[in-house]
Amino acid sequence: MISMHSEEKTVSWLAIIKDGVVGAWPICLGYLAIGLAFGVIAQKAGFSPMEIGLMSLLVYAGSAQFIGISMLSAGAGIIPIIITTFTINLRHMLMSSSLSTFMRNLGIGRLSLFAYGVTDESFALNTARFRDGNWDWRRALVLNHTSNLAWIISTVAGGFSGRFIPAGALGIDYALIAMFVCLLVFQLRGRLYVIVAIISGILAVALSLLLPGNAYIVAASVIAATLGVFLKKSRRFAGTERTS
Amino acid sequence: MIHENYLYVILGMGVVTYIPRWLPLVFLSRRRLPDWFEQWLDLIPAAILSALILPILITTGEPRHLDLLRPELIVAVPTLAFAVKTRSLAGTVILGMFLFWLAGKFF
Repeated sequence: MISMHSEEKTVSWLAIIKDGVVGAWPICLGYLAIGLAFGVIAQKAGFSPMEIGLMSLLVYAGSAQFIGISMLSAGAGIIPIIITTFTINLRHMLMSSSLSTFMRNLGIGRLSLFAYGVTDESFALNTARFRDGNWDWRRALVLNHTSNLAWIISTVAGGFSGRFIPAGALGIDYALIAMFVCLLVFQLRGRLYVIVAIISGILAVALSLLLPGNAYIVAASVIAATLGVFLKKSRRFAGTERTS
Repeated sequence: MIHENYLYVILGMGVVTYIPRWLPLVFLSRRRLPDWFEQWLDLIPAAILSALILPILITTGEPRHLDLLRPELIVAVPTLAFAVKTRSLAGTVILGMFLFWLAGKFF
């Protein structure tokens, strides 16, 4: 922590911005594909590019925006839409909790600015970078806002001009899946992590078949991580993380 | 021209999206957390990434059902192997996209 502070001063803002922007490229690629698709759907549902852009800026949550647009065009009321959005995005609470362990001793302003950009994708990428080292809240913040900008631009572009990149072109629809696969691999830092991931994945599939919406993500992760803590306590996995 | 009603809807959506992102960062980052909770948080990324990705790979449709022959899953196998072997994010993303594009020619 002490060395980090002295390092922060010697590295210029330009280098930090560059790290964050360059680091965000897989997310930008993925958001381009999904954002365009969203813009096209929203435009067909009768929303203007301005309305689309404002939603991407204020909400900034892919799946909730898709569902929001479809509920709005189905004539749903404001309260059901907001409740649905809340339940869909509750999973970010887990991600922010996990990220908080890397965001020590920051002021409320910086934390608030960072919180805006916490998505599935930025969480996954920032977590991997934080673990690697050579990453700090500034780079993470730049990565978040670069991704946000890519999302806003892509959704508005989709709303203006339709799908100028055809569906499936260059496999761009697979960018985020491939990114998640790789970032999951980075998280498997020992036997315990592999076991937790397997339990979580199987639970998520089973629950996704049983429960409506995406509650399965939070449910499976919480159960699997809790089991993981108990497994670790049982000392059979004592050697997986610390060499004690 | 933006309808007033639409503005309220997206403002509401924005607020309820922002709060779960904000609360844990502000309340947890400045507290000393018990060991078991730190361990729990340490396991969350592996758990949540797996919970995000696996249903995308092997389920589809509305209502959801299992489908083990999706190109998403078939492409994920070599992509995963490549990620394990090289530990390269850029390489994995590019290979995954290429294979998915290739798979699109056959499915």
